[in-house]
Amino acid sequence: MLLDFFTHLRKAGLPVSTTEHLQLLEGLSHDVGVLDLNKFYLFARLCLIKDESLYDRFDQVFQDYWAGREAAFDLSLDAIPDDWLKLADKDALTEEQKALVESMGGWDKLMETLAKRLEEQKEEHHGGSKWIGTRGTSPFGHGGFNPEGVRIGGKGGQGRAVKVWEQRRYKDLDGTRELGTRDFKVALRSLRRLTRDGRPDKLDLNGTIRATAQNAGLLDIKMRAERRNAVNVLLLFDVGGSMDYHTALCEQLFSAARTEFKHLEYYYFHNFTYEKVWRNNNRRHNDTISVQELIRTYGSKYRLIFVGDATMSPYEVVAEGGSVEHWNQEAGAIWMQRLQQHFGHCVWLNPEKSDYWETTPSIRIIRELMQNRMFTLSVNGIQDAIETLKTPIQPKLLTDNS
Amino acid sequence: MSNPDYIITDELQQAVDAALTLERPLLVKGEPGTGKTQLAIEIAQRLDAPLFQWHVKSTTRAHQGLYEYDAVSRLRDSQLGDDRVNNISNYILHGVLWDAFTCDQRAVVLIDEIDKADIEFPNDLLQELDRMSFNVYETRETITAKQRPLVIITSNNEKELPDAFLRRCFFHYIEFPDKPTMAKIIAAHYPTVKQDLLKSAMDVFFDLRDVPGLKKKPSTSELLDWLKLLIADDLPAEALGADELRTILPQMHGALLKNEQDVHLFERLIFLHKQRQR
Repeated sequence: MLLDFFTHLRKAGLPVSTTEHLQLLEGLSHDVGVLDLNKFYLFARLCLIKDESLYDRFDQVFQDYWAGREAAFDLSLDAIPDDWLKLADKDALTEEQKALVESMGGWDKLMETLAKRLEEQKEEHHGGSKWIGTRGTSPFGHGGFNPEGVRIGGKGGQGRAVKVWEQRRYKDLDGTRELGTRDFKVALRSLRRLTRDGRPDKLDLNGTIRATAQNAGLLDIKMRAERRNAVNVLLLFDVGGSMDYHTALCEQLFSAARTEFKHLEYYYFHNFTYEKVWRNNNRRHNDTISVQELIRTYGSKYRLIFVGDATMSPYEVVAEGGSVEHWNQEAGAIWMQRLQQHFGHCVWLNPEKSDYWETTPSIRIIRELMQNRMFTLSVNGIQDAIETLKTPIQPKLLTDNS
Repeated sequence: MSNPDYIITDELQQAVDAALTLERPLLVKGEPGTGKTQLAIEIAQRLDAPLFQWHVKSTTRAHQGLYEYDAVSRLRDSQLGDDRVNNISNYILHGVLWDAFTCDQRAVVLIDEIDKADIEFPNDLLQELDRMSFNVYETRETITAKQRPLVIITSNNEKELPDAFLRRCFFHYIEFPDKPTMAKIIAAHYPTVKQDLLKSAMDVFFDLRDVPGLKKKPSTSELLDWLKLLIADDLPAEALGADELRTILPQMHGALLKNEQDVHLFERLIFLHKQRQR
């Protein structure tokens, strides 16, 4: 039964490991968390979930799995000899006990039938009308653990009180939500690449000691350069039009990135990248810089991050003259490929919810152009993006002679 | 023996009990000001066990918690011809974990703000926390825990902790106290506070936490500070503006709102309330 619960959790995408499951069993065999389902809930959460942003999902799975089985759980503790709980060491069952279990059709079978019966009874009793169906709360499509929707917060039912996990108190902590500056900073921090280059002007104490010891006690001073975050980031923001809805989110990302990276360069574009980008949005028509210059100016060490909703007419990406603002000699896709050839480490962050990605043709096209290196502008998305940034893209060869 | 000021919720109690029974490190996270650090001190007091505190900084290295070899002193002594120099163990400085491991009774170890340290820090402690033993390279001895200490680790979420480390810990997230718990906490600190003042203060406080867009939400310790000020000045409950209308900035709000944007935001909200009233 517990193993079943464990696989349930795995299926829901919760990162629970075998070690942790064994820990849970070990705890149960020490009578921790066995008194009632509430205690078990707390103990299981303590053992299995190591991130408060996963609490909410755990609550949902717990509810989904144990709804209607509470009685089964209590029964399993009351009516059964204590030894049975020590399932961790299966051999501990005596022959008599084993026979007893077998005569009831096996432990799992027994519990299953009981649980099913209980559930049926409940459904009938309530006519099924009190349950609330939702399509899950994760807007970013993390696989969703039940496509049919999850039952949440079912109240009442044989006079029992609402359980802790049904209250879903940790909903706000779900990691798939969009977050503030601080959380962005934490996510961006993993892009750090600490290196020592430049003038050696700091005393390397350990090095000095080692060198001095090797020198039989004669002082040999070692200097080294300070540790600096050497990662270079180039941000290209989409502004105007449909991006206006995402302004606040982009602002947060920008201010987080500004404080986190010393070498941060940023430019704006509208809808898609063509031959020009600009630094100052007020003077965007006079004060532009060509993408060729961008490529010449910034080395290929720069990590290139596009931020845009990628929502536009497909022509704006693939066709010459497709831009809504000017006549572009070459299609945006070609410019995108040039950028990719130079800046191999590139990703696209999309503030649009990933639910809409498949249904918006331009997002599909750009995602293909980016070779799936498109992520949502959420903390999880940024984490994935940064992981991806570590490996360069394999750009397709340009067909023309550029 | 125990400090009646510290209120432990049932959930937390159970988490601590489990960590004690199964002898596993307990990782505690939670909003600032929810008493994460205090928890270890409290447990040590209640168990009547010695407490070893290790406050982690950005420069802290894992081996500093085990031991440090003081090469500089040894070098100095060797040049001065001190006799101590012949025994290397004179220059091994014991770290927090060493002391805790060699303690005669079960100790409580607090590793405070583990996320402040380098990313590799937790990984470097895996073996030590798992087996509760480590090798001293210089003297070739092995230090093993006489009794596995209870390890409490706090984190403020500034860095992700590695999975391998998390797997070995129990994890508990201290929630922000709800109103009844908060009332208990306040009663423990200020048993003589006037009921009407307390009620208005709590209302203002929880409303303030609900204001969307605040840069920094006030925490428990800030509420306690604020109450202290209010009690010291013997203010009436009306001065807090806790009536239905919320039309004045609460007295001594500086204890709760810690940056000027938040104060501005709050002033704007009050302004809106006033307008609606007309």
